[in-house]
Amino acid sequence: MLDGIITCSEQALHSAARVALHAFVFSILLLTVPTLDAQAKNSCLDCHSKLDAPLGVKEEQFSSSIHAQKGMNCTICHGGDPSSDDMERAMSKAAGFKGHIERAQIPSLCAKCHSDAAYMRGFDPLLRTDQFSEYQTSMHGKLLVKGDTRVAVCTDCHSMHNIRPPNDPQSSVYPVNVAQTCAHCHADQNYMKPYKIPINQFALYSTSVHHEALTVQGDLSAPTCSTCHGSHGASPPGVASVQNICSTCHVFQAQLFNSGPHKDVFSAMGLPGCITCHSNHGIQHPTDAMIGTGHGAVCTNCHTEGDVGYTAAGTMHDELGKLNDAIHRSDEILSRAEKAGMEVGEAKLALAAAQDNLTKARVTIHSVRPEAVDQEIEAGLKVTDNTWQEGLSAMAELKYRREGLLVSIAAIVLVLIALGLFVRRMESGQTGVSKESRQ
Amino acid sequence: MDIANGLRKWLDDRFGWHEIRAFVEHKTVPLHRYSYWYFLGGMTLFLFVIQVLTGILLLLYYRPSANEAYESVQYIMTQVRFGWLIRSIHSWSANLMVFTAVAHMFSVFFLKSYRKPRELTWLSGMLLLFLVLGFGFSGYLLPWNTLSVFATKVGTDIPGQIPVVGKWILVFLRGGEDVTGATLTRFFGFHVALLPGIATLMIGLHLLLVQRFGMSVPPSVEEEWKTKPPEQREMRFFPNFLLRELMAWYVALAVLGGLAALKPWELGTKADLFASAPPGIRPEWYFMFMFQTLRMLPAKVGFIDGELLGVLCFGAAFLVWTLLPFFDPGRPGRLQRLITGIGAFALAYVAVMTVYAYVAK
Repeated sequence: MLDGIITCSEQALHSAARVALHAFVFSILLLTVPTLDAQAKNSCLDCHSKLDAPLGVKEEQFSSSIHAQKGMNCTICHGGDPSSDDMERAMSKAAGFKGHIERAQIPSLCAKCHSDAAYMRGFDPLLRTDQFSEYQTSMHGKLLVKGDTRVAVCTDCHSMHNIRPPNDPQSSVYPVNVAQTCAHCHADQNYMKPYKIPINQFALYSTSVHHEALTVQGDLSAPTCSTCHGSHGASPPGVASVQNICSTCHVFQAQLFNSGPHKDVFSAMGLPGCITCHSNHGIQHPTDAMIGTGHGAVCTNCHTEGDVGYTAAGTMHDELGKLNDAIHRSDEILSRAEKAGMEVGEAKLALAAAQDNLTKARVTIHSVRPEAVDQEIEAGLKVTDNTWQEGLSAMAELKYRREGLLVSIAAIVLVLIALGLFVRRMESGQTGVSKESRQ
Repeated sequence: MDIANGLRKWLDDRFGWHEIRAFVEHKTVPLHRYSYWYFLGGMTLFLFVIQVLTGILLLLYYRPSANEAYESVQYIMTQVRFGWLIRSIHSWSANLMVFTAVAHMFSVFFLKSYRKPRELTWLSGMLLLFLVLGFGFSGYLLPWNTLSVFATKVGTDIPGQIPVVGKWILVFLRGGEDVTGATLTRFFGFHVALLPGIATLMIGLHLLLVQRFGMSVPPSVEEEWKTKPPEQREMRFFPNFLLRELMAWYVALAVLGGLAALKPWELGTKADLFASAPPGIRPEWYFMFMFQTLRMLPAKVGFIDGELLGVLCFGAAFLVWTLLPFFDPGRPGRLQRLITGIGAFALAYVAVMTVYAYVAK
């Protein structure tokens, strides 16, 4: 009986061990297969990682690219057979090896995948697939078709073997890096010589309010080269379309400009809208000095003393100055009161509304209608009148409090003196009562 | 005159006025070189009364909800006649009350007034001090400004570190996981109902015990009086001591008025629960020594979380300090000298860390 039990137990143990062994082998296989796949042979890199430029490609360079991360290897562009150690076979025509790719062929080569919506959807359904068609409309694309291979092709902006996605801060097309990437050619005097176009765009842009917003304030939505010129379809905006480009962000200014008399006049004179007053690449933070008839005013570029525009410019400048001064005056007295401990939070909040009126008035300047500007100015001045009064009241209240304090302290000191005298008199008359000995 | 006598008789018949008067007339205060420390208790009581009176006036306008609290305090500060004065005196006297309460505690400690039979007087006084700190912590949030909300977040995070019950305490204090309008309502309840109720009972008990056991005489003075009995002196409580105390209260009132007029209590900006914490978040000055200590502790001390260790150490220290009379032998010796030394170290530590917290920012 016992033998039977032992035999049964041994059998059960034996079959359990067998199952465990199979499971172990299977799990080892499961773990090994992806590892083998991940370490798939790439004879291209085996050799080219040891070569110097232009044939050298560092392994870490390629592995950081979006293509490598998506599981692609060299064959996606160059063809060939990376599984073979035999150089002849790896780079054979039979294996579709392309080797060096001519610059003129690069856009169409990239487009083979990047224009294939069905294929690209497999990686990211939101990826654009119109880059090549846009490129063909760009100045770069047009010149390339004409045989100018010095113009930018995909790899000039995106790099070659270490292409990173545009949202990667190390990418050459990350918003903060775009201007530097364009400047690589466009700021190079020798390189740009045949095209006879200015090369100071990057220098000017670096001083601009847009550059400051992008690089100093870290606002990635601030404009860089591609925001106005387009990226793949890059070309200089025409005179008529400049305003459309600026208006994508500066909506109200554009609407007011369109509603004002300048639109038609500029159009007739062939002036390119916004940049006539603000310039293009080196746009500075606008100041009130830009409007008016004084030093630094852009209005006097066209208007002369005596004409309607000259008078209107002067009026608008004076109006802005009036509100600006009123805001500063209120702010000064409220800050003084606040520093002295007065609660002027509500008045300060109201003053922010006057500041809004000033901002709106500055925007309304684009309509070049003094009466519209005046409307905002008047609204702002009404607010500053109140805040100024509140500031005066706060200072008067402060004076009242200090006088009240003096009176109170004087009263308390008098009471203290009286109490002191009373205690002294009481204790002198009650010797032995106030300080008595127990004994 | 007849009316006065009639009233006295009327009171005497009903309340034993004669006995009360006799009791008051016979009540004395020991007179020696440390007698001025006796004023601190009365001063704390005076400031508490100021708190109650100004607090009641503030209640007429204050609205305890996240949407209205800040605006109502702003209204008090700007629109209500003398509202600024009442609010500033309330805030400044709260701070002075914490100061006088702590000073009173240390004076009692160093004069050894907690010795037998006054253990319960010390215990009730310590509980009152904790209540005063509770008043300060709960009142700090009520204006619902940025600094108070974020300081309350930091402050309520600290008990949240306590093992097992920490989370429960945090949720109980906040009225949820985070500091919200529910926390404000809750803190308002603590500040104007729960704490004043308990504090009034505790003050009553404390005064009763002080009355029952009398004013303690420091051991050194006691020794001197034993050897030279003729030097033992006393002062009548009424009117001699009380008039002096009254003078001290008047001085306190002048200080409060000066602070309120020259440095009105700031309101700050309204709290925005969705905004990130601004720099420079810190609790009231009387919590700064703990705040600075916790800030200086490393993330880990051995296997235990640094902040948790700090919280547990402070908890243990406060517990031991509260139960001090039960550790003190009550007679001069090595242990009592050690206890005095520890007390002196605690005072120096609190002072140095508080100053350091402001200097180190």
